[in-house]
Amino acid sequence: MDSGLIIEKLILVGIIFTISLLIAMYATYFERKVAAWFQDRIGPDRAGPFGILQPLADGVKMFMKEDFIPSNSDKWLFILGPGISMFTSLITSAIIPWGEDLTIFGSSVALQVADFNIGILFIMGVLSVGIYGIMIGGWASNNKYSLFGAIRASSQMISYELAMGVSVITIVMMTGSLSLRDIVQDQHGMNWNIFYQPVCFIVFFVCALAETNRAPFDLPECESELIGGYHTEYSSMKLGFFLFAEYVSMFISSAIIAILFFGGYNFPGMDYFSGNTLAILSVVAFFSKIFFFIFVFMWIRWTLPRFRFDQLMHLGWKNLIPIALINLLITGLVIALNKGWF
Amino acid sequence: MQSLSNRKKVVSDKPMTFVEKLYLPAIAGGMWITFKHLFRKNNTLKYPEEQRVFAPVYRGMHVLKRDEEGRENCTACGLCAVACPAEAITMEAAERVKGEEGLYREEKYAATYDINMLRCIFCGLCEEACPKEAIFLTDRIVPSEFERDEFLYGKDQLVEPMNARIDVTKRQHTGQRGKK
Repeated sequence: MDSGLIIEKLILVGIIFTISLLIAMYATYFERKVAAWFQDRIGPDRAGPFGILQPLADGVKMFMKEDFIPSNSDKWLFILGPGISMFTSLITSAIIPWGEDLTIFGSSVALQVADFNIGILFIMGVLSVGIYGIMIGGWASNNKYSLFGAIRASSQMISYELAMGVSVITIVMMTGSLSLRDIVQDQHGMNWNIFYQPVCFIVFFVCALAETNRAPFDLPECESELIGGYHTEYSSMKLGFFLFAEYVSMFISSAIIAILFFGGYNFPGMDYFSGNTLAILSVVAFFSKIFFFIFVFMWIRWTLPRFRFDQLMHLGWKNLIPIALINLLITGLVIALNKGWF
Repeated sequence: MQSLSNRKKVVSDKPMTFVEKLYLPAIAGGMWITFKHLFRKNNTLKYPEEQRVFAPVYRGMHVLKRDEEGRENCTACGLCAVACPAEAITMEAAERVKGEEGLYREEKYAATYDINMLRCIFCGLCEEACPKEAIFLTDRIVPSEFERDEFLYGKDQLVEPMNARIDVTKRQHTGQRGKK
């Protein structure tokens, strides 16, 4: 591997890291704005014009708070929890293809940190590790409510990962590849998977809501019953990490939804462009899709009430998994028919 | 019985149909409702910059009036304190001495006059009880403070200053409703 490639990848990592954090920062701001609009309010508008400096003010507030560690807690695990949460939600951005190849100084630059041939498996794996952040944080707090939140979070994530995995397998079967770039390139132009797999999309979307702990599946942190759930005992920037990780993973799951079902960086009429124009336009298309799905996440949060725990399990095990499996079976049959196996 | 509002709904526990069990149409309906709220005008008033227009009979912070020549109207008769249901008013009377005719209208005046704004319920009974048209409730707002004793308003805060007279004509008309 030559040093040019390493530098190129390092720059790309830096850019993606910054962008993810920036988007997560402004997602907190837009969450409050969108909530306000849905409720006929104005929302934060004091810090800077239209309140755009609000995330900075919130960040400063988080840093200035007392960093409290309960005396009965397991200190190292207590610190490790938010770190794992943040790490796992950021690391998935490594394999996301952000756009067509750019050409800089005559050399082609792939807008993707790493094109694994098992990309989607990597995402599923990292998602399962993501539970540990919440589980360890809730366990180490040595608090009933935290533990309850953590248990709920892990059972919820395990249940919904199954349906999510099955719906991902459906897409993988259609594409014939686990690599995210192949999945995106297979949906060239307007040939998006959503038109072939609407049921699969609904299952995947519901699971994505559950995996990111967003409403209506925000049981791990339901304020009314568990006083904050797994982050009850957290304060200062450790709490900030947990909250921030939620927004980062919201960004990443919007990106993955866009990749799997809405063509990633493909957009209709992309054949009329080429070179760097195409690359930039594809990045713009991809990000507009991501922003749309972040908005949908917020839209759902401020529309639907929270599920009860038994309803959550009922939906996950008795509805989504059978639907996903039947969908998988039908997809398999259709693929087999098309290939002339019968 | 005939329903009064015509909004009565008969509830039933019949099992849900397949479409209802899917929940997706209901969710889409709910999301359409929230989406419509995106474009609705909000009613928020940005308080320090914009202020609501008060009703003409608004009862806010009290004022102790002076007459046209700048003499205090209050004679410390104590009727306001008697009328006050929250017992927020206390006063001490004093006799006017020679040379103070320009300060107080009659021979007796209030040496101290305190209203505890935390006790006051802004009912306006003090104003109604006053035979001298000395106390009025104005459209000013009692500001918030950090300490409780800062809400004990003395004469220095209640008596209207000579150079900034406070208009109470709106309250005078309503106050005289009962009299003739």
